Amino acid sequence: MRLVENVLAGDRLALARLLSLIENQEAEGLEALADLYPRTGHAHMIGVTGAPGTGKSTLVNQLVRRLRLSTPEGEDASIKVGVVAVDPSSPFSGGAILGDRIRMRDLAGDPGVFVRSMASRGALGGLASTTGGVAQALDAAGFAVILIETVGAGQAEVDIARTAHTTVVVTAPGMGDEVQAIKAGILEIADILVVNKADLPGAKNAMRVLQAMLEMGCPGNSSMSGEERDVGPAWHVPVVCTISTEGEGFDTLLDRILQHRDYLHASGGWSVRERERQRAALDALIRETLVERFHESQPDGKFEEILEKVVERELSPWQAVRELLHRENAE
Amino acid sequence: MTEKRIRVLIAKPGLDGHDRGAKVVARALRDAGMEVIYTGLRQTPEMIAEAALQEDVDVVGLSILSGAHMALVPRVLDILKAQGQDQVKVFIGGIIPDEDVEALHAMGVAAVFGPGTRTQDIIEAIENAVKAAGIRA
Repeated sequence: MRLVENVLAGDRLALARLLSLIENQEAEGLEALADLYPRTGHAHMIGVTGAPGTGKSTLVNQLVRRLRLSTPEGEDASIKVGVVAVDPSSPFSGGAILGDRIRMRDLAGDPGVFVRSMASRGALGGLASTTGGVAQALDAAGFAVILIETVGAGQAEVDIARTAHTTVVVTAPGMGDEVQAIKAGILEIADILVVNKADLPGAKNAMRVLQAMLEMGCPGNSSMSGEERDVGPAWHVPVVCTISTEGEGFDTLLDRILQHRDYLHASGGWSVRERERQRAALDALIRETLVERFHESQPDGKFEEILEKVVERELSPWQAVRELLHRENAE
Repeated sequence: MTEKRIRVLIAKPGLDGHDRGAKVVARALRDAGMEVIYTGLRQTPEMIAEAALQEDVDVVGLSILSGAHMALVPRVLDILKAQGQDQVKVFIGGIIPDEDVEALHAMGVAAVFGPGTRTQDIIEAIENAVKAAGIRA
């Protein structure tokens, strides 16, 4: 296929086109992704998540700069870095304003960096449903590190943990008290916690609260699944202070990210996560395909008819599902 | 299952610092169901063309209030063409003297919108241009 060849040859226009085809879930894009699939699995995927306004985009900007400036061991040049930045779609119009590039202007003009903005298009987990596919295409195209920035996430948008190898959760001073910090959800998925905007008052306190939260959870101080925990010593989630606008704290942050990658390789956690990621992706695909197949199998108007009965309280949703699926099986 | 949306890059080339108009347009396009990539102030033509490429947009909207449009716009168009992005439609918004509008059209600009333009007109112009190009829905 021409498109795939061009992408592999480093054609950025072809890559951009491919990412759209994947994002739009067009047959051509999915076929290309299938062709590229054997070439994936090399990139280190780093998720960056956190509440709106904590400075995720600025942090990504700074991280990419650092990654591009350094030449990793065993490489003879700096690595190519991909960025996928997700912002929310409007639930009303379906439109979106994707503004993450505003903070990534330092990356412009660097041919070793490719930044792609995505709208969430109705998905609620902090990513778009095709973000994983887009990241895979960048992986196959030779981007050794891929940063995935989620929508401004509150507490439960945790899809990123299933997509990325290393999840960085960004907070800022003044984001809440100790109880916020021990609630389930986003803080639990952190492999690395960042207190950004550390020049603001309250930074020390935020750091203390997070550290206390982590110590309370010891020895389960880790974002690992039970299975992962069995394979080696626990990862101790570090708390790192940064000032993204000044570039402060990034030597430490980059160190921690690389340490986490090494840890995953050494402990076997990498393959565990890879498997979990594939499981989730496969699950989602099956669900999507089954729903599509179900709708195709329905006689015209049947679904609307049953829906009407549910609206009118003649049927409960559970009864409705039973009726719809029963009909499908009977035929 | 395929879902296509018109993708628009809104950029402010050059040095003027007033982006209220660009934001109003970005917001209106969002409400019309488009995906708007907003790049912010003080973009060079190179930055704009490169962002358009990476984002694979259908449309580039340039907001220029500085009077430098006859220098900046041809530069953006040239780079887009050199990169093979011939299909991208370029729209201009801002303070553009009448005598320049025709010249901009001749260069390949799809439309020029001055002060007082209704956002609905901009939305329709973009939808029609994209439809006419026949690349996407």
